[in-house]
Amino acid sequence: MSYSRIAERFLQLVPVLFGVSVIVFLMITLTPGDPVEIMLADQRATEEQIAALRRDMGLDKPLAERFFHFLVNAVQGDFGLSFFHRRPVIDVIAERLPATIELTLASMLVAIMVAIPLGVMAAVRRDTWLDRACTVGGLFGVSMPGFWFGILLILLFAVELRLLPVGGRLGYDYEVARITGMVLIDSLLAGRLDSFRNALAHIALPALTLGLPSAALLMRVTRASMVEVLAADYITFAEAKGLSRLRVLARHALKNALIPTVTVAAIETGALLGGNMIVETVFGWPGLGRLVVESIFARNYPLVQAAVLLYALTYVLLNFVADILYTTLNPRVRL
Amino acid sequence: MSQPAPTPATAPNGGLPAAERPESPLHASLATFRANRLSLGAAILILVFALIAILAPLIAPHDPADGDLLRRLQPPAWRPDGEWSYLLGCDALGRDILSRLIYGARVSMMIGLIVISISATIGTLAGLAAGYLGGITDTLISRLVDTLLSFPYLVFAIGLMAMMGPGLHNIILALVYKEWVFSCRVVRGATLAARELEYVEAARALGCTRAHIMLREILPNILSPVLVVATFRMAYIIIMEASLSFLGLGVQPPTPSWGSMVADGREHLLEAWWVATLPGFAILALVLAINVASQGLRDAFDPRLRG
Repeated sequence: MSYSRIAERFLQLVPVLFGVSVIVFLMITLTPGDPVEIMLADQRATEEQIAALRRDMGLDKPLAERFFHFLVNAVQGDFGLSFFHRRPVIDVIAERLPATIELTLASMLVAIMVAIPLGVMAAVRRDTWLDRACTVGGLFGVSMPGFWFGILLILLFAVELRLLPVGGRLGYDYEVARITGMVLIDSLLAGRLDSFRNALAHIALPALTLGLPSAALLMRVTRASMVEVLAADYITFAEAKGLSRLRVLARHALKNALIPTVTVAAIETGALLGGNMIVETVFGWPGLGRLVVESIFARNYPLVQAAVLLYALTYVLLNFVADILYTTLNPRVRL
Repeated sequence: MSQPAPTPATAPNGGLPAAERPESPLHASLATFRANRLSLGAAILILVFALIAILAPLIAPHDPADGDLLRRLQPPAWRPDGEWSYLLGCDALGRDILSRLIYGARVSMMIGLIVISISATIGTLAGLAAGYLGGITDTLISRLVDTLLSFPYLVFAIGLMAMMGPGLHNIILALVYKEWVFSCRVVRGATLAARELEYVEAARALGCTRAHIMLREILPNILSPVLVVATFRMAYIIIMEASLSFLGLGVQPPTPSWGSMVADGREHLLEAWWVATLPGFAILALVLAINVASQGLRDAFDPRLRG
């Protein structure tokens, strides 16, 4: 895919990104009630304090002007102050973001490691008990509410078997200097294998909770695409040449069958960001998702607004990456 | 004037005997659905949940909001200290879990049905307009759809609920705001394809209005994908409602919701596992049944959608 096509596709994102900013702006602006009064509801604020906050938030200005300021500030990463933390919103988000990225990547790794082997086996052994078991497992995966699945895993692995911790990110006895903010990577960079093992034990249950439902979806995609590839003429030809079954699968079939899987995995990574809010709440994972949920109850609206915008932008960009990946891996597709 | 069904050449006065009469597409689809035992079983299970929801005041053994602190975290009947009059035990406020599950079915099914009905109606009308009228209407609707699709669903719903505040009406609104885009996309695609077909050309040639062509000609012919999409989206909506209620952003106490029941039970996981786990089984059973039934519907009504 040429650079000009990528640039053209990127330019198509501009109206979508603009639309996303409008919606996020309107979320706080057009909701019923006065946001300032809602924010200060429990705090017995005086009329002067309410007026001052309204002025600070620019609520006394016309809508169009407020949107323009919101957009200009957002582009500069300025989302105002987090009321609760009394620090710029962007700093608070930056502090929590690595934990969420770490959990999302670990979950996607779980999803891929489960989905690809099972999807391939289900396709190769089509209509056998294994295929049917994968179909049933996939159905359960997409039907299970994430928060409940997390609780079941806690009950089994943390409460009954006492194999893994109930929640948190790192045991109290461990400390790792912050380099990337991702504890697993920082432990390795610092050469602390004990911390790495402890962090791995902490991330296991949240990553399974978030990753297994995605695995169900990826497995279906892998299976469907592998079934299609296995019926193609070039596979019959490769087998007729006398190549071993394993070689045909690994060298010829898998390479093509994984194109849709890679694409869906990129899109699904964006969707996992939403699931993070639930899983981080269940496991007390100190990431952005939990921060957003806490901020909702603390009526910390600037932070919620900034986080929703950030999630949406990441989702749009991951969809863009998925498009590019799909076209690059499969030259027959032209955007 | 919908797409003409094939009529047998020899059909005087009432047509062929029943045995020889060609089966209508609807009957054929229903027969295919009925032949799929798993989907039929799932449909029956959904019906059971619907009956439980409707008859909740008659079949619930206790008042779902009535707590008895002496029965705090009482275990289910089959465990030591359990009682058969409180079959699934009690929660931290001593409320009967079975009665709360029964009333919780009302919330889940009602929100699922209301959200899907409103969203499918809006999405279908918007999709018909975008697909048939084209031009600026299509551009505006499609850009709005693209923009709404740019938000992860839960993030969007949580953002809206954060601003609007929790409650039954707000949860319905928060879900409808995004949900309609899914049926809109399907209907737009189907309408774009139908627009070029002969029966639509014929209606145009006869001078039918655009509204007539969209609503009376195209709509009846694209209803099956709408139905299929609506069914499997309903499973998703039920999980979304439960997730929002779990976070405390959904239906508020004392109204029982399966999601908030799991959240309440989480506080007492070590001493009373049943409080958090039993409502989850209810969610799983209903969502699984809807997913299985929707697969059956998809296979029966629109084999082209098969994965």
